[in-house]
Amino acid sequence: MATKSDKQSKIEYVLKTVEERKVGFIQLWFSDILGTPKSFQITPAELSSALEEGMTFDGSAIDGFSRIQESDVIALPDPTTFSLLPSDQTVAQVFCDIYNLDGSPFEGCPRNTLRRALDHAHSLGYSFFAAPELEFFYFDKDVSNGPKPLDSGSYFELTVSNLPSQLRKRTVLALEDMGIPVEYSQHEDAPSQHEIDLRYTDALTMADNIMTSRLIIKEIAAASGVLASFMPKPIVGVQGSGMHTHFSLFKDNKNAFYDDRDETGLSKVAKHFIAGLLHHAPEITAITNQWVNSYKRLVVGYEAPVYISWARNNRSALVRVPTPKTTNSQSTRIEYRALDPAVNPYLAFAAILGAGLAGIEGEYELAPQIQDNLYKLSTEEVDALGIESLPGNLDEAVREMERSSLAREVLGEHVFEWYVRNKKDEWSNYKTHVSQFELDRYLEQL
Amino acid sequence: MEPLLIYPESAPFHVVKTLEEGGYPFIPVGLISRITQLEPEEGWSGAIICADQNLDDAFFICRHLRTKERQISPLLLIVDRTNLDKLELREDLFDDFVTLPLDPREFQVRLQRLFFRTGRGLTQELIEYGPLKVNLETYQASVSGKLLDLTYMEYQLLTFLASHPGRVFDRETLLSRVWGYEYYGGARTVDVHIRRLRAKLGEQHESMIETVRSVGYRFGRHQK
Repeated sequence: MATKSDKQSKIEYVLKTVEERKVGFIQLWFSDILGTPKSFQITPAELSSALEEGMTFDGSAIDGFSRIQESDVIALPDPTTFSLLPSDQTVAQVFCDIYNLDGSPFEGCPRNTLRRALDHAHSLGYSFFAAPELEFFYFDKDVSNGPKPLDSGSYFELTVSNLPSQLRKRTVLALEDMGIPVEYSQHEDAPSQHEIDLRYTDALTMADNIMTSRLIIKEIAAASGVLASFMPKPIVGVQGSGMHTHFSLFKDNKNAFYDDRDETGLSKVAKHFIAGLLHHAPEITAITNQWVNSYKRLVVGYEAPVYISWARNNRSALVRVPTPKTTNSQSTRIEYRALDPAVNPYLAFAAILGAGLAGIEGEYELAPQIQDNLYKLSTEEVDALGIESLPGNLDEAVREMERSSLAREVLGEHVFEWYVRNKKDEWSNYKTHVSQFELDRYLEQL
Repeated sequence: MEPLLIYPESAPFHVVKTLEEGGYPFIPVGLISRITQLEPEEGWSGAIICADQNLDDAFFICRHLRTKERQISPLLLIVDRTNLDKLELREDLFDDFVTLPLDPREFQVRLQRLFFRTGRGLTQELIEYGPLKVNLETYQASVSGKLLDLTYMEYQLLTFLASHPGRVFDRETLLSRVWGYEYYGGARTVDVHIRRLRAKLGEQHESMIETVRSVGYRFGRHQK
């Protein structure tokens, strides 16, 4: 069609769109190692050179970007991620890959980490798809007395106070406008808790979409004086916020997880993948659940997993294999239930893919599924079944991760080292903190 | 567009007329030695070889063009209907053929198709289909005058489909033609993008892109 090179045509598309749609500012987005979105704005005048050569900036201020010798890095926009912001069409966003000054991919860039993992999958003929269910809470923006829910509604409830539902509806429309399709949205179990499920797409696009969605959810709430929080367990005693994510592998346009000759409909590839995930789960939990608070969610009694097991339909399992709604073989997928929405999606998807592929390449044997509700069993009974648990806190998780050659390989030396160090710091800060729990219990009594 | 080579110097009237009307630049060439002499700097953008006067000479020219160091393609052969059986085992010598007596409309469509495939055709700047307009110059698409917010890949997919109304493409073809093979998503990505495009076209117009069961997708109505 066009004789122009592919790269040239992508760049021209961005430049022309900025010109035609009278875009005044372009936000260059990237992620730090913890998954916090970072961005800087440029004007259309700078755009052409930014697209061609990237923008140089000092990385030392970004979490996980600093190095000993060189602190300058280059942010190079990926034109295929360019989109106009729904709230203000004079502003556009575009995701960037981070490069070193010599043009090589920067080792500290999470997007590059995921690309590397996807390249590995690609070399085996697989493409990797993800569909996350983002849970979060809407709170009163005044949090000086702790989190205050905006409604007392629960699952599917039609709430009297319509503000949260209106916010959610507005958010869904905004996401759709930005080309981020939403599968469902609903009120979740806990008061003021909501869920937005994104429709599956390839894992790199999805990681970008999660970054965008989290910000849009927060922005739309903030515009109405509401705080949207992805904190994994903000309220004691009620359900925390997870990000159950459905994953599938495709090969030659066929779902590689499906095999009609198998009585469960699962292919060997799927079984090895699940086995890989279960085997390596403890090592990657510090990545899929990265905060001290993440582990307050991973406790018995809620919709969060604790035990390392899998099942067709058992909500206490770590890996669930949902029964496809139809006989549609294309929708065979697995659901990883540990993830929480405060994750760095690039690193988490890379780690999950890495664990699954290790299972495929090493032809790991899959243990039988566990149908029992494990939460109803005693610890002894669970032990008797030979079922292991996920790490109980960030400290345990980081120790597991530190010993993991898989985590080191998937993340790469730079990210691995920095991440482990950062999480150890986080833990030691937490360890020395004297909590309200202790004061309430001990101050007078002891 | 660089000129087309046309052989012989006195090509059939309707061939010349259709080329002129279609705005295709061309240079008539009568002798093999002139092919290189008259060759434009960027190379011939294709050749139209008329075999109505001497079939063997025409095949000879085709073979010469095929073996030339700087190959010329696409190569369109114009042949008398009575000589169709002579094409057997000579399929390697041309990319497509048109029969005489010439149907100018058919000739025009074949030209478009040939040069579209090689990317050397006349640059068409506006694709229109019903209420849909795609401006290739500004990269903007609109439905009934309302601009669509498309990502780059959505834009490319829509442009590709809208340039081939009525044709069915399977997912692999779309993936290789629109994305190139270096894409993480795999053929499944096509479904994801089609769904998004339909959503953006809106309920009223989403049927512009039809799903052809167990084959792929078709833009616009089936061509009779």
